[in-house]
Amino acid sequence: MSTQSNTARVRELIRTPFFWGIVAILALLALNVIKDPSYLALTINETNGNVVGNLVDILRASAPILMIAVGMSLVIATGGIDLSVGSVMAVSGAVSMEFLKGASNTNSVGVAMAAVGLALIVSALLGAVNGVLVAYIGLQPFISTLIMMLAGRGIAKVITSGQNTSASSDPFRWIANGYLIGLPVVFFLAIALVVVVGLIVRRSALGLMIEAIGINPKASRMAGIKPTGLLLTVYIASGVLAGVAGVMSVGTVMTVDISRTGYQLELDAILAVVIGGTSLAGGKFSFSGAVVGALLIATLDKTVLFLGVSSSATPAFKAIVIVVLCLLQSQRVRSWFIQRRRPPTTLSESKAQQPREEVPV
Amino acid sequence: MTILKPLAPQSNVTAETENLWQRISRAVTTNPSVLPTMAAVLIFVGMIVYGEIAYGRILQYNTISNLLINNAHLIILAIGMTFVIMTGGIDLSVGSVIALSSVAGVMLANSGWNPYVVILLMVGIGTLMGLTSGILIQYFNVQPFIATLAMMFLGRGLASLLSTVPERLADESPIRWFGSQFKVIDGEKVNDLVLTPGGVIAVVVLLLAFFVLHRTRTGRTVYAIGGSESSSILMGLPVTRTKLLVYVISGTLAGIAAVVYTSRLGSAQNITGIGWELDAIAATVIGGTLLTGGYGFVLGSGIGALVLGLMNVLITRDGGIRPEMTTIITGSILLAFVLLQRIVTKKRE
Repeated sequence: MSTQSNTARVRELIRTPFFWGIVAILALLALNVIKDPSYLALTINETNGNVVGNLVDILRASAPILMIAVGMSLVIATGGIDLSVGSVMAVSGAVSMEFLKGASNTNSVGVAMAAVGLALIVSALLGAVNGVLVAYIGLQPFISTLIMMLAGRGIAKVITSGQNTSASSDPFRWIANGYLIGLPVVFFLAIALVVVVGLIVRRSALGLMIEAIGINPKASRMAGIKPTGLLLTVYIASGVLAGVAGVMSVGTVMTVDISRTGYQLELDAILAVVIGGTSLAGGKFSFSGAVVGALLIATLDKTVLFLGVSSSATPAFKAIVIVVLCLLQSQRVRSWFIQRRRPPTTLSESKAQQPREEVPV
Repeated sequence: MTILKPLAPQSNVTAETENLWQRISRAVTTNPSVLPTMAAVLIFVGMIVYGEIAYGRILQYNTISNLLINNAHLIILAIGMTFVIMTGGIDLSVGSVIALSSVAGVMLANSGWNPYVVILLMVGIGTLMGLTSGILIQYFNVQPFIATLAMMFLGRGLASLLSTVPERLADESPIRWFGSQFKVIDGEKVNDLVLTPGGVIAVVVLLLAFFVLHRTRTGRTVYAIGGSESSSILMGLPVTRTKLLVYVISGTLAGIAAVVYTSRLGSAQNITGIGWELDAIAATVIGGTLLTGGYGFVLGSGIGALVLGLMNVLITRDGGIRPEMTTIITGSILLAFVLLQRIVTKKRE
């Protein structure tokens, strides 16, 4: 009896949507350890007490991905998509760098805060444009955000007049490169924001209403949920979170590269959400899944670099991962697996339990 | 499907003017969704007139022939996109198909492969990418924009794996023949009407697509699927085959566009074609194809591509508009036309 409950527990664990994501992270880390046995080693920098190592790098790199993945989770839960997150990151980075470049006394905390604030306001505006187009005018989400994806990069170029603007500001740099009790500030910031957003949507009816829109917009309207305002909020939230990600990613080098900052990160965000077990059809979301997804992508990025493959080729690997995940989500592939599983179970004596096992997650 | 018939006279330029006007007004009143195509033609004419008055030297042989030659690849892409959008789908992978196909093609040609085999291979790469998206969408129920987005990144990543620097096509390579210019009318000084095989291919593909969409069963099935997929299945139309076919067509045409573009430019790079999917979608939408599918006009997509090309010419001539603005302007035009479609379809409802 006890063995049965154990297998049931294992089965439940396997069915957790992001279980395979964790397995993949461990597999990638194992691959790195095979190549270099000291890969996982963490050392403490004696001068300032910071923890240094590849794992800390992965945590740091996952922060911006985590931000856009959380925004993307919300948007996908409503049955939409936001392809503009990467461009919004570039705009946010461009705004903050231009502001810091023009400002005097850039090392004061107030000026750095103003730069971040301005960047977030502009990002919120871009998100609001997406939201209005989707919610009030009724355009398809992917086409309105596709326009923003390409126009956004143009806007970033106009803001910096085509230059890769650099600036210096110690407090701004601290956000991306600083340490707090030995670990990167960005990671704490990202986790804090995820927790805050998670509490807001899960401790109120907001999350439920967002999911309701994704499941059936008509039915949710009849149940008294007004979709327009919620949709607008969701797209603004996605814009603001992309803005935060933009600040994080330009902060590491204090330069905005208008053609590379946030480039192709919309795929990372979608990938993180899908790895987390969220269906692209909408109707549900899981922030813990998004965290696992973001960590997996950061690990994948580092591994590809570590194995000596050109970084511009990583999209190919990600595309393969996303195709495989989409295939695993599709009914056709699932039915193959069920058919393959059937012969041994019918042979065994536990015939009575079989139908329950067959039900796909 | 029958509603589209009034569109035909529009292409018939030889019709009497009064008769034409009557037909146009009847077409608009019976079917408001031809309005975007009309708007595209008007905008194209308006842009030519404005350009001629403001900057001059627009309505002359070399400008017009350059417009066709420089946008031949975009016209071909827009035609493929029209097929896909007509069924209610989307193909975001065309830009990176061009990158992968042209980088692979130039590298193979330079390493001594038979150039004709290379050309076939370049087109074949497009077909294969299109087929993959089609299978993902049709057999595994992946949303079109996710499947083609994955193909977009796969193509770009594979192209980057091959090379990240510009690959120059050898000067004596026969592939360059597609970009070679020959004079049709010898004008004064440099004002000649010239054509390239690439430009001719674009026109031929456009006419073929028009024939296929309006005069063959496959074409009518494409319209039917966009109108209502479930009705088409119930009518016994070959929906699965046709939906697969539109992505194969789009991929193959992207492969042909890669040959045309590479032969004209003489080099290929992994960053070629970033954002071209938006240009192709914009050309299609400007040409009057509804993004929701079912209504469209492939000759309009050709006009749409020329509108975008002419816009670039005018921006260069003006000199006051910064090149960074072009993506914003393309985006705004696309947005304006999508909104126009929205208004038109709402009226019909």
